[in-house]
Amino acid sequence: MAGIPHDHYEPKSGFEKWLHKRLPIVGLLYDTLMIPTPKNLNWMWIWGIVLTFCLILQIATGIVLAMHYTPNTGLAFASVEHIMRDVRGGDMIRYMHMNGATLFFIAVYLHIFRGLYYGSYKAPREVTWIIGMLIYLAMMATAFMGYVLPWGQMSFWGATVITGLFGAIPGVGPTIQAWLLGGPAVTNATLNRFFSLHYLLPFVIAALVAVHIWAFHSTGNNNPTGVEVRRTSKADAEKDTVPFWPYFVLKDLFALALIFTIFFAIVSYMPNYFGSPDNYIEANPMKTPASIEPEWYFLPFYAILRAFTQDVWVVQLAHFVTFGLVDAKFFGVLAMFGAIAVMALAPWLDTSSVRSGKYRPMFKWWFALLVIDFVVLMWCGSQFPTAIIGWVSLIAATYWFAYFLIILPLLGVIEKPTKIPATIEDDFNAHYGTGGSAHPAE
Amino acid sequence: MIRKLILTALATVAFTAGSSFAQEVDPVIKDVPFSFDGPFGTYDQHQLQRGLQVYTEVCSACHGMKLVAIRTLGDVGGPHLAADQVKAYAAAFPVNDTASNPQYNDASGKTRALTPNDNFPANNMMGAPDMSVLAKARAAFHGPYKLGINQLIHGIGGPQYIVAILEGYTGKTKDVAGNTVYENDIFPGGWIQMPNTVLSDGQVTFADGAPNDKLSEAKDVAAFLMWAAEPKMMERKHAGFDGVFFLIILTSLLYLTNKRIWAPMKGKKTA
Repeated sequence: MAGIPHDHYEPKSGFEKWLHKRLPIVGLLYDTLMIPTPKNLNWMWIWGIVLTFCLILQIATGIVLAMHYTPNTGLAFASVEHIMRDVRGGDMIRYMHMNGATLFFIAVYLHIFRGLYYGSYKAPREVTWIIGMLIYLAMMATAFMGYVLPWGQMSFWGATVITGLFGAIPGVGPTIQAWLLGGPAVTNATLNRFFSLHYLLPFVIAALVAVHIWAFHSTGNNNPTGVEVRRTSKADAEKDTVPFWPYFVLKDLFALALIFTIFFAIVSYMPNYFGSPDNYIEANPMKTPASIEPEWYFLPFYAILRAFTQDVWVVQLAHFVTFGLVDAKFFGVLAMFGAIAVMALAPWLDTSSVRSGKYRPMFKWWFALLVIDFVVLMWCGSQFPTAIIGWVSLIAATYWFAYFLIILPLLGVIEKPTKIPATIEDDFNAHYGTGGSAHPAE
Repeated sequence: MIRKLILTALATVAFTAGSSFAQEVDPVIKDVPFSFDGPFGTYDQHQLQRGLQVYTEVCSACHGMKLVAIRTLGDVGGPHLAADQVKAYAAAFPVNDTASNPQYNDASGKTRALTPNDNFPANNMMGAPDMSVLAKARAAFHGPYKLGINQLIHGIGGPQYIVAILEGYTGKTKDVAGNTVYENDIFPGGWIQMPNTVLSDGQVTFADGAPNDKLSEAKDVAAFLMWAAEPKMMERKHAGFDGVFFLIILTSLLYLTNKRIWAPMKGKKTA
């Protein structure tokens, strides 16, 4: 583990030395747990542990649910109700899993926006960022397929609409769609493969999470100042950092306990708050629901998908220059995936030499607007697509792209950053008025 | 900055305009108070028994309830009928739609008597929705602006929706392809196949002498259907109370531990 200088594990007893020579696993755990962590991390740095907890919760509850669930179009809906009624504690396990997805996405969005504000994506942490984006994509795929499993009306029609997006790709689209569905429409074959992949993908996510943690343990954590930990000597590094155990373990556990308390209250008292009532109607391929609406965590990207209609000149231009290859539907699909792609490219689009948004007076406002933009998009996605909603979606979608493609590159050039603290230690001491070289410790 | 102003202005327009759309789509449904509202609310056993009676005598003619096991009528927290009552109830329950319930045929192909271990029969004769989870499959409250924030106060409103539907008839009818449909302010589209005469004042006589005007009957059956959809609700609320209680203690202890561990770092004295 290169990077920040710190103490490493030294095997002491005979057995420890014997094991360490053959498998340095204790050393790995020690170095992971004792990793020097910037001591000025604020409360926005707790979402990582919440996300890890969510993954464990979803896998644990999901494994039990899979023991009682039947992936068959004729039996799936009833088997979920069997879990709710006849399996001991089944209703609690199922509601935890259902709301666990919501907590997972709340945490991942806060985690992503934290990274965007404090410039956690910037060199040398681009790989951490890219792995994170892959995790996010895998999460969306997992959540989407999981939502199909209860075989309610939204499950069925959601699956029909979303796989239809792949059908919009010119040429190969219909083939890809049929391959995803296992046939020309959403059928038993679809339900079976979604169940299989819904069980598989979380383990892919777990592996990606390990690489994500490995990556930022190699570069060291970012922190609210964006100033790197001093690596000149161990003594210097120790002025900027504290070991992860016990300082951040306890801080994270406290935050996690608080969030889990709220989560548990929601699961117990209002478990269906985040869900759609329509999904308690068994899937009926003959009856389209009045409005097909994705789960709340997909709404911003759903709004971007819907924003680009035939009437938008960019769409007409794309249609014209590609000789009709790109139609409105395909353009919408490209925009939706593009919205995530531009976010993934942030490390190369942001030209500013300053990492943290705290010291970027102009960036701050544009970032705040991006957060509002995200909420507006989410609201648009939940609305019936009227003309006004279409306009708001289009403006909001445009801002999303403009932020990454125009504002981030430009700001780095025109913005004059404010004064950045020389070290993390200075920042910490300024905040608490303690210790440090300028103010000798009491 | 200009872009921001435009966006804010547009968002404001959208939010105010949104209200007119919201009203078009969703008729306002009254919040009917139920004994099971709120974190400490419980099912009223007598109300569930009355609701069961309404379901049995009225709704079950057209509506199935195929996911609910008859034995659960004896569960504590539910209608809590005695074991012999459940048995007698099951044996007397008619299978109206024999075609949809082949599992209840005996070897000779005739419908056999139901037992407590059977589920309520399905009923697809009139195309009426199954009632097993109906109270979870409908929402009375969506607002404001479809944000669903008022559900935090009123709940999602499945039972309230059921009461509103039963109370929502205007009295007008029309013929659609040979079938009579009934105008209903609450039903999406405004016209429902369920006749406005299904439930009326005094239709069901309750053994406990409870009021049997139409509204009371509607409330009782809505409460029963909420139980049918969420038979474990009371258990879950208990678990929630215990869980939240212990989690608050755990969170407090972790807060104090964290504070103490960091105190020397932040130049504070430990107690």
